[in-house]
Amino acid sequence: MPEPTLKIHGLNAHYGDFQALYGVDMQVSQGEVLAIIGANGAGKTTLMRSITGLLSNGRGQVEYRGEDISGLRADQVATRGLAMVPEGRQLFPSLSVRENLMIGAQVGRKGPWNLKAVYDLFPILEQRKDQASTSLSGGQQQMVAIGRALMANPDLILFDEISLGLAPIIIKDIYDALPGIIGEGMSAIIVEQDISKALSVSSRVYCLQEGRVSLEGDANTVSRDDISRAYFGIE
Amino acid sequence: MDWLNAIVQGTLLGGLYALFAAGLSLIFGVMRLVNIAHGDLIVLGAYLGLTVTTATGLHPLLALFLIVPAMGLIGYALQRGMLNQTLGSDLLPPLLVTFGLSVILQNGLLELYTADPQKLDAGSLETASVTVGGLSLGVLPVLTFFVALAVIGGLQWMFYKTPLGRAFRAVSDNQDIAQLMGLNRRHIFGLAMALALGVTAIAGILLGIRTSFDPSIGGGRLIFGFEAVIIGGLGNLWGTLVGGIILGIAQTIGAKIDPGWQLLAGHIAFLVILAVRPNGLFPRTTE
Repeated sequence: MPEPTLKIHGLNAHYGDFQALYGVDMQVSQGEVLAIIGANGAGKTTLMRSITGLLSNGRGQVEYRGEDISGLRADQVATRGLAMVPEGRQLFPSLSVRENLMIGAQVGRKGPWNLKAVYDLFPILEQRKDQASTSLSGGQQQMVAIGRALMANPDLILFDEISLGLAPIIIKDIYDALPGIIGEGMSAIIVEQDISKALSVSSRVYCLQEGRVSLEGDANTVSRDDISRAYFGIE
Repeated sequence: MDWLNAIVQGTLLGGLYALFAAGLSLIFGVMRLVNIAHGDLIVLGAYLGLTVTTATGLHPLLALFLIVPAMGLIGYALQRGMLNQTLGSDLLPPLLVTFGLSVILQNGLLELYTADPQKLDAGSLETASVTVGGLSLGVLPVLTFFVALAVIGGLQWMFYKTPLGRAFRAVSDNQDIAQLMGLNRRHIFGLAMALALGVTAIAGILLGIRTSFDPSIGGGRLIFGFEAVIIGGLGNLWGTLVGGIILGIAQTIGAKIDPGWQLLAGHIAFLVILAVRPNGLFPRTTE
């Protein structure tokens, strides 16, 4: 078996005295799409913050392509090819649409994604390129957030709750676009509360419950009962 | 004619105040840091100018080519070595630390250069004047005004047209997400402080040519800078220039009425604008 792209081993995370993650083990292989599901407060976003370096971790807890990145700053992690579409989109309000995309390319990694490729994927963004990013609709802002992450030409891309606060028709559009985005060897982690959406595009699923992995399985074969037990923690 | 003269002279003086304020505005805009030591850093720039001009015999304006990079380096080191440690959700630590820095700078300068008033010798530039439409304008104030225009125009261009400016704005908007884009905010902050102190060096040299200075005058320059920033509206560089000009005109008109009213008139103008427009005249609207 090849070396996994991302390997998380015994990851603990704290906010002050509060512990949010307890010994999480997880791995992602090259080209794999992973779904992480869990209720509010299960630790999904904390996990994303730990992986990307926004939270600092204990030594050896997060390994990326065989390198220990647990102690690196977020910008150092980013230059190694790990990008995130953050929860709530979090575009830069002072930057235009085009500038938001350009800043994604700041890490200077080579690859198939550039302004033109993003505009081809989301043509509406080219029409809106000089507008303030906050003047766009929620769905269009999500496209900018996805485009911004792609501009970094990442090897592993994290999607944190990309359907949150969007109309179902927009969510469908974005999920329809995902297979065209993930590919060419790129790995992805999709964090969702919408379980069926997450399972529809992923090959493997982890469920988090109160900071622990409560289920790990194949996205096609895992049963509804198993998921609701792992999700809600009731027998 | 006298009143017109007061307004024109005040406008030119406003250029100098805008230079005092530009660095302050830049630092606050990028990292929400209120730099209490800013006035003393202006004075430090003037003293560095004094040292370089007396040691090498260079004209003060030529000395800028040495002082600006030197102050830039000091700024970067200051930010990375000290001020970055104070930045967080709490506004108080940077205030206290820059206040302490202000005290240290004043006393350090006092030890090194004594309390004697000093002046930069710019030769004939200090007294040269041109007559425009019946008004006598000093060449130095006119030069200062155009330098201020160029500096603020340059900063504006840098902010909105270059990758560095994009990085400044992104870090200012959201530090965490900017980190995810591969921007090391500590480095970006260092660059912002370097740039701000480069501008401060220009302000310090022009101040030193215009008037005499001693280690204790930093506080007054800080107030002028603050007032210009607040009048213009936080985060708007052209607004800062307008703020400087309004302050300058208020002072010269005050001095015209009664020489003792110069400073008071400036402060009153500031208070009036603060009462009428608490966010300043041109606050940044792209929030």
